[in-house]
Amino acid sequence: MTALPRPTAGAPRPYDFPAVHRDVLSNGIRLLVVPMPRLPLVTVLALVDAGAATEPVAQAGVAELTARTLMEGTGLLDGAAVVEAFERLGTAVSTWADWDDSGASFTVTRSRLDAALAQFADGLRAPRFPAADVARRRDERLADLQQQLAEPRGLADERFDGFLYAPTSRYARPLGGTAATVSALDDAAVRAFHATRYGPAVTSLLFVGDITPEDARAMAEQRFGSWRTTATAAPTPEATVARAPRHAVLVAKPDAPQSELRVGHHGVPRAHPDYLAIVVMNAVLGGLFSSRINLNLRERHAFTYGASSGFEWRRSAGSFVVRTAVKTEVTARALEEILREIDGMRAAPPTPAEVSLATDYLAGVFPIRFESTSAVAGALANATSFGLPDDWFSTYRDRIRAITPAQVHAAAQAHLHPDRLLVLAVGDAPAIADSVAAQGVGPVTTVAAEYDPTEAR
Amino acid sequence: MQIPVDTSTLPNGLRVILSEDHATPVVAVNLWYHVGSANERAGRTGFAHLFEHMLFQGSEHVGANEHFELVQRAGGTLNGSTWLDRTNYYETMPSHQLELALWLEADRMARLLPAMTQEKLDTQRDVVKNERRWSVDNQPYGTWWEKLPALCFPPEHPFHHSLIGSMEDLTAASLEDVAEFFRTYYTPDNAVLTIAGDFEPAAARAMVERHFAPIPRGAGRPALPSMAVPPQFGAPRREVVPDAVVATRILLAFRVPAAGTPEWYTASLLAAVLGNGEGSRLPRALVREQAIASEATAYTFDLHKGSDLLVIDVVARPGVAPDAIEAVVVAEVDRLIRDGVSTEERGRALALLETGWIAGLQSAGARADRLSQFATYRGDAALVNAEPERHAAVTVEALGAFVREWLVETNRATLLYVPQPTPAAEAA
Repeated sequence: MTALPRPTAGAPRPYDFPAVHRDVLSNGIRLLVVPMPRLPLVTVLALVDAGAATEPVAQAGVAELTARTLMEGTGLLDGAAVVEAFERLGTAVSTWADWDDSGASFTVTRSRLDAALAQFADGLRAPRFPAADVARRRDERLADLQQQLAEPRGLADERFDGFLYAPTSRYARPLGGTAATVSALDDAAVRAFHATRYGPAVTSLLFVGDITPEDARAMAEQRFGSWRTTATAAPTPEATVARAPRHAVLVAKPDAPQSELRVGHHGVPRAHPDYLAIVVMNAVLGGLFSSRINLNLRERHAFTYGASSGFEWRRSAGSFVVRTAVKTEVTARALEEILREIDGMRAAPPTPAEVSLATDYLAGVFPIRFESTSAVAGALANATSFGLPDDWFSTYRDRIRAITPAQVHAAAQAHLHPDRLLVLAVGDAPAIADSVAAQGVGPVTTVAAEYDPTEAR
Repeated sequence: MQIPVDTSTLPNGLRVILSEDHATPVVAVNLWYHVGSANERAGRTGFAHLFEHMLFQGSEHVGANEHFELVQRAGGTLNGSTWLDRTNYYETMPSHQLELALWLEADRMARLLPAMTQEKLDTQRDVVKNERRWSVDNQPYGTWWEKLPALCFPPEHPFHHSLIGSMEDLTAASLEDVAEFFRTYYTPDNAVLTIAGDFEPAAARAMVERHFAPIPRGAGRPALPSMAVPPQFGAPRREVVPDAVVATRILLAFRVPAAGTPEWYTASLLAAVLGNGEGSRLPRALVREQAIASEATAYTFDLHKGSDLLVIDVVARPGVAPDAIEAVVVAEVDRLIRDGVSTEERGRALALLETGWIAGLQSAGARADRLSQFATYRGDAALVNAEPERHAAVTVEALGAFVREWLVETNRATLLYVPQPTPAAEAA
């Protein structure tokens, strides 16, 4: 049994991102239609420029609660009847708020699209927001927050933002709000948010799948064309940071077998011209399985099941964070390696092989990301939210392949800031406090899981 | 919707499924080995999964960490997973990189052992121990997926023991174990290879022939211990687990006929009636109407050997007493036995399953995995196309008869997680 040599690749087959047909309805709703007729399915997505970033800090969570209660009753139907109507059509509507937008989406078989769209439009345009259902959804959010106290991954993410941003900043609070802000929400708050923030001028409607642009236009016009409100978008606030110099926070989880580690700082807005260089830089640093941080912490030292880094992309500057969970005993050692990799990324340009691995991967995997109607709809919604140029997807692969090691190095030097890292660990605080402090991460504070920095008086 | 299915078998026993679709220049390669934690010997729990990790540590012509790197450099995605009775490995590639994926899979099927070292084993052992800490030990309710099978299957049954394994058994695993497991189970006659997506059949067939046909058939495998169990538990089973959690969670399991049997389709549709979608029975009653639970779902484990489990899984709102949530869950089951399932409920569940079925087969990777699954468990990949009709053939009468026969009190196993007071957190 002899082995054959490693095969060489054949000729790449051409790939074009599916064509996007853009139009505007009579009332100003922007319409985006992507025919993907392979399967009898259509994904519909409504994107509303009403993100959590723009809600009042004291009402943190109102955008998400509004989204979650959109389908809790319309016209003569109560919430249970709305859910049932969709499910009889073989679909369910997911609704959400993100930092920069709110949205709602469903995927349905082609023959049931019209009926589902009618119901969907009612929910977006004229939700009833029954007081009891809004209260139930609010209490579900409060229950989630309580549950989170025992769940180290979510708690670490949430507390990292809490300590990173200024206590007065909306970004210091989770998307869905804190116990203090959510407790104060009710149906009146939700109704007011919907009335002022949802409307045709701030809505984009996406149809992706087994549908023609003409049919989509006719259906959209029929169900949404008479929608009139005065809703407008609100400006996105700047993110303000709590404190710049290095510091560390330990969130006590007594006897935890692992430390959930977060290491990072304030990043840059999505619209930054270095965006693609930063994406490639992050892929080399911690974005890929074969990245420096994962190979170091997992494959070389076996400190963890996995380690990664990422920039959170928002209209305002999101965060840059390294995430991992490591055995308690090696917490400080793992931290030392993370700090070393961040420094190393800045110290010298990456090798051409490292950069080509990242760019070949990002360019090559592109068609694999867009096999489903919901994936295409999600990517287009993202591009719409950030106001990316119409040719963003069709030129993406060439622009990624053009990124050089020098550009990656420059991005590391400009956008990684070892001097202002926040280190946060959820774990066995007494066991790790001294060794973490010895890593030169600045002052180390220990708090209880329940301690919420945004509510500190 | 019909997925094209072309099945053949190489002389060495490797079953090959081809499923062409040229919608996008993407091709999926998917290998199922018919081995999982059920095949582990005593004292080696977790070994099948640890072994899966070793398959990413290189083979004779592939360096350590090179497997991931070669696939990603080619613009592909990849992973593997271990289950009770199977292990799968898969890549989705740009279509012109098909042969690279086949070469990588063939090299490790044919020539894994030359690349195995004590150092690699020690590293992956520690990685897996960290995976256990991450997914089981340091997660609320993280032990449920080892406690529920342990409660539902007798100690000598191959599905009884932990899939991720105990720390002691992981420590005990040796390079000799790796070699023996590989020679016994990682053979072409114990595998299914599926290629789905954008390829040219004659060229793909030639590649498969070139890379896999020279690999010799295995020397035979020890038979799995019997999976046969009495059709029902016979008496209620119960375990209460105090845990570092904020809310009570109840898992109520029923033993039901094995996946693929006609009765199983009834169980599967029943699970959707009970707990698929906000409008299904349990979320509607417990989350919406009574507001006593934050989550309520129901599902089958889809076990194809011996028997399956139908599970009701409910997380209470914080502060709700364990006996209160248990009482309402049991009341819903008893109401179901009394009143049966309505035509509307059946229609709702079927409509959701239909959309989910089509939407779930959009990617080449998902289609390939389904085809490997049906070839491995049912002996015929083409049966995948009959799946929607088999669910649709279940009548309300069959659902009613099923609940009266299988959801009885003597066929229930209850796993109850209850919050225990945590040691006072120290704050500075």
